[in-house]
Amino acid sequence: MSHPRPTPRQYLILALVAVCAPLGDTCLARGMTAMPAISMGHFGALVAAVFTPWIVAGIALLICFFASYLTALSWADLTYVMPATAFGNVIVELLARFWLHETISAERWAGVALITIGVGFVAHGPSSTPQPAPEPALQEEEVR
Amino acid sequence: MIHPVQVAHDPTPWMAAGIIASIVLCSCTGEVLMAAAMKSIGDLDVIRAHSGLKGAIRAVVTCPLFFVGLMFLTLAFFALLFALNHMPLSLVAPVSASLPLVINAVAAKFFLKENVDHRRWVAAVLVCVGVYLMAH
Repeated sequence: MSHPRPTPRQYLILALVAVCAPLGDTCLARGMTAMPAISMGHFGALVAAVFTPWIVAGIALLICFFASYLTALSWADLTYVMPATAFGNVIVELLARFWLHETISAERWAGVALITIGVGFVAHGPSSTPQPAPEPALQEEEVR
Repeated sequence: MIHPVQVAHDPTPWMAAGIIASIVLCSCTGEVLMAAAMKSIGDLDVIRAHSGLKGAIRAVVTCPLFFVGLMFLTLAFFALLFALNHMPLSLVAPVSASLPLVINAVAAKFFLKENVDHRRWVAAVLVCVGVYLMAH
């Protein structure tokens, strides 16, 4: 089934793809850096780390990312979903700038601009390639 | 006098290229297989509307291609860990994050038969450079 342009619900799933991955990574990084160094010998400490709030939040966000990523791939092309994944970096960068008041280098601003323009290019096109149907009659029905 | 061979912490340029190539290849193969698996299953939103979340999960976990894709993504993850252990983050992070974007576009065109028009080519290159700059 082909969808030339995503529905509002599908845009929501693409937004989840973009937001959940970088936020999940950030939660994991924050949880792990707050912890004393764990060596491979202390397996118990590694298991205990999984149950700290930041790690739980990070894992939940990454599961959410994976579920929405798979859902997006089921109705959109890989080349359509990929830029959405990269756009998460832009969101996190803007949050860091305007919420945490971090300074951002010119190089990173250039990255933000390039990703945003790239996503704009893709978002203007169709989300999926029409698949050739086995029977023309079936395809006509699906077009509605 | 015998000198210890320095391999573990100082890979040669060829070895470094090999490690990065294996990350990129595994990651791209995984992503393309995953995309093919999801396309073969069909619209997950429709499946969920018909047979609930359990039905959608069942559709995914009964697809063998999904597990092959997952295996390649896992390999890419461990190759990344290996690279981070042996090479500087400032080299590994930008390359492993940006290069798959362009290679995936090529693979999507030839293997998934996606309609990669010039709009998507331009986007893949722009996003690739953007991600490189942000991860650098």
